[in-house]
Amino acid sequence: MKLTNYSFDAVIVGAGGSGMYASLQLAHSGLKVAVLSKVYPTRSHTVSAQGGIAAALGNVHEDDWRWHMFDTVKGSDYLGDQDSIEYMCKNAPTAMYELEHMGMPFSRLENGKIYQRAFGGQTLNYGQGVAQRTCAVADRTGHALLHTLFQNNIKAKTHFFNEWYAIDLVKNAAGDVAGVIAICIATGEMAFFNSKVTILATGGAGRIFETSTNALINTGDGLGMALRAGMPLQDIEMWQFHPTGLPGMGILITEAVRGEGGYLINKDGERFMERYAPHAKDLASRDVVSRSIALELRAGKGFNPGGMDYVKLKLDHLGADVINSRLPGIRELAITFAHSDPLVVPIPVTPTCHYMMGGIPTNMHGQVITLGEQDKDRIVEGLYAIGECACVSVHGANRLGSNSLLDLVVFGRAAGLHAEKAIKSGLPLHPIRESDIEHALTRVERWNTNKNGEDIKTIHDEMQKVMQSDFGVFRIEESMIEGLKKLKALRERLKDARLKDTSQIFNTARIQALELDNLMEVACATAMAALTRKESRGAHSREDYPKRDDLNWLKHLVVFSDLSVNYRPVNMRPDSVDPLKPMERVY
Amino acid sequence: MRFSIYRYNPETDAKPYMKDYEVDVPHDSDMMVLQALMLIKDQDETLSFRASCREGVCGSDGMNINGLNRLACLTPVSSLKAPITIRPLVNMTVIRDLVVDFTLFFQQYEKVQPYLQNHAEPPATERLQSPEERAALDGLYECILCACCTSFCPSSWWNPEKFIGPAGLLWAARFLADTRDTATEERLANLQDPFSVYRCRTIMNCTVVCPKNLNPAAAIAGIRHKMVEKGS
Amino acid sequence: MVNKLTTDMSLTGNGLRDWIVQRFSAVILGVYFFVLFGFFVFHPHPDYLILSEFFSVTWVRVFSLIALLSLFLHAWVGVWTVITDYVKPFPLRFLLEAFTILLLIIYFFWGIEILWRFV
Repeated sequence: MKLTNYSFDAVIVGAGGSGMYASLQLAHSGLKVAVLSKVYPTRSHTVSAQGGIAAALGNVHEDDWRWHMFDTVKGSDYLGDQDSIEYMCKNAPTAMYELEHMGMPFSRLENGKIYQRAFGGQTLNYGQGVAQRTCAVADRTGHALLHTLFQNNIKAKTHFFNEWYAIDLVKNAAGDVAGVIAICIATGEMAFFNSKVTILATGGAGRIFETSTNALINTGDGLGMALRAGMPLQDIEMWQFHPTGLPGMGILITEAVRGEGGYLINKDGERFMERYAPHAKDLASRDVVSRSIALELRAGKGFNPGGMDYVKLKLDHLGADVINSRLPGIRELAITFAHSDPLVVPIPVTPTCHYMMGGIPTNMHGQVITLGEQDKDRIVEGLYAIGECACVSVHGANRLGSNSLLDLVVFGRAAGLHAEKAIKSGLPLHPIRESDIEHALTRVERWNTNKNGEDIKTIHDEMQKVMQSDFGVFRIEESMIEGLKKLKALRERLKDARLKDTSQIFNTARIQALELDNLMEVACATAMAALTRKESRGAHSREDYPKRDDLNWLKHLVVFSDLSVNYRPVNMRPDSVDPLKPMERVY
Repeated sequence: MRFSIYRYNPETDAKPYMKDYEVDVPHDSDMMVLQALMLIKDQDETLSFRASCREGVCGSDGMNINGLNRLACLTPVSSLKAPITIRPLVNMTVIRDLVVDFTLFFQQYEKVQPYLQNHAEPPATERLQSPEERAALDGLYECILCACCTSFCPSSWWNPEKFIGPAGLLWAARFLADTRDTATEERLANLQDPFSVYRCRTIMNCTVVCPKNLNPAAAIAGIRHKMVEKGS
Repeated sequence: MVNKLTTDMSLTGNGLRDWIVQRFSAVILGVYFFVLFGFFVFHPHPDYLILSEFFSVTWVRVFSLIALLSLFLHAWVGVWTVITDYVKPFPLRFLLEAFTILLLIIYFFWGIEILWRFV
């Protein structure tokens, strides 16, 4: 196979919020940096984020990053690493001001400062009341963030390789990562990007589920690459189901609706969250609200019990002014996709797969961690992971709304800073042999040569069905065992599947096949991890083990590609504050 | 329902052709054109098109549907007359099928220096901006760069390289309207040649097709107005 | 160089100025034709005598001159725009632009000659 060779100091895979923040950080360093993105940068999934970014700016009331940290740790059901959470919350205000200085068009308060709204699980003074901590650009915060970063990368003259799809990491015998193999979608040209530092910023994998708020491109490409290169995924059983997705398509309706005063009702018109979370009500954290909705539906209190069941989100009482100025995008989406104008009628909503708390384990500089000798942490030289594909573990078992954009920004920046320092202190191009490259090419070779297998479509759909039915909001041993069995069989079938279209120019069928490899890896890892964790914590809710079990399960779970499982301790040693001890979690 | 779709793969086809597909669309279905395209791709995996967010915020799936540029993901099949004819965005180079080349489009965008410019040392916290000042950006910053407008603008057909086009100019207006930006004069000076802005003839195709209901034509008028005000 | 000249030699070389000139001259032409229209309403059957009498009044003559100048400017901006929109091959564009400008100059001086013939 003909391969073009490119050589860079740093290669970033993915041009969403975290990737473009890292590239911006590196752009000012004078180093040779490339960003590979399988779509034009402004198509990345960050663009879909709506509600906002949490940061204890204190623009509306007194605020403290320690309160933010408390909420995040509690929200994570104590599975989050406290050193990382501390770093994120402490650096959040600086990051917000940086974004503002870059031109991000934040909504404003009367005094001219950045507008902040209430969001689920964000409280004042260690759980005392509802905090307004979420910085927002109406309900288009992700769009504004992504475009601002793209624009500043244009200004910084970042070298983008748009519509280049990364296929696999190139790893040498010592286990160091020396770059990636990628394909130019438009021409079919294959290339090896040799780099001192490779940063994975490939986003989530919500497309393993049948309905998801995620973009079609969220196929876990970085996760698949890491698994195939022998690295594990951490806490991958932790999938967040957003309480308010539109039934069917799974279009996201932001939590900001509830932050602005909207609330959920069942078919009797009852505001049922008052029963499940007497204090925070509709602003309890997402796992709690999603489970409550699921229980309502199970009790026959949904609006459409026979079919695609749902509850409703009422916001007409907020008035046209608030809706049109703070939630204009939601109104558009509800009208277009649910034929419901929220000015007049409530919007149908149901819990929908939204976010992957787990991912490639990293330290707080974004360096990827694998397990080395005696199962001790070992840093993978040359490889970083940031954003949703990473598990720096600030979200633990359940992410708080508006902490994901913050994660992108803070750790995108941290990885950029660390990589720059590492490269400038003399990090070399990692030596490789021809066979290392050949190894990374095996997968694409397989798709080019398999001639007789089945089409990928059936395998893809069956995988999504299994995930949806056996690994959803509530999980139970028997069906998960069945589910895992089916997934393993599907993974075997996928090895023999074939591609009918093997053309070179903009062959999206080939890209979908390569993506399915990644989805399948993530689905299997998720199933294995979910089956293994015998407790309920955060988003992982087992009917057969309904309680949290700190004695046995207050630890990270890591899964490898061969579905072997191992564990890592949760970090409980923040740098400047006392550790937060696990408490019962009520809202 | 019958779909007639523009097909062209330069590797195998001497020239483009239209191909018909049948898709089962239930009577009261709220299927969008994007979903129909995905069903067609299940029948024929060689059909190429772009898609990502499927909710109208990423700008990937702009295409010409029954004669108008629109986003496939926001266009209900039920709103269209059969047979539904789908072509790539007008007047852009076709890479394959419904996939067009965005290179020139993004070059035009970059020409307006689409980023905040303010050379003063930023304060320790945020720069202040009143809600009214911020409201001036509404209707401008929401652009998703789908190219529906620029591809449908006759002035862009006539002078694709020299006229910046409605999308780029909308972004120019967005930064001119930002009270935090201090480069107003340079920005206006950069746009004063006879082509960049002034090729706009207020044909308004941009405003008609914008899937986000923005009004690039008004934004362009605003730029002219600012130039007159500055009297330069 | 010449190529650049034929694409860039708008009236003022500046979009804003061209645009203002075009609009300003349009207003003048509008008023002028309104005056002419009024004249023809009051003189439904003008003959040479009535016309020459009208055009020998000083303000009419000055106004006509201004209107001629406006027509020259207005037409150049408009026709130049249309030519640069539609005519891409350089030699043809050059010929058309040269022809137009020549024609406009001829009209202008011919107009002056006609007006001042009445003196």
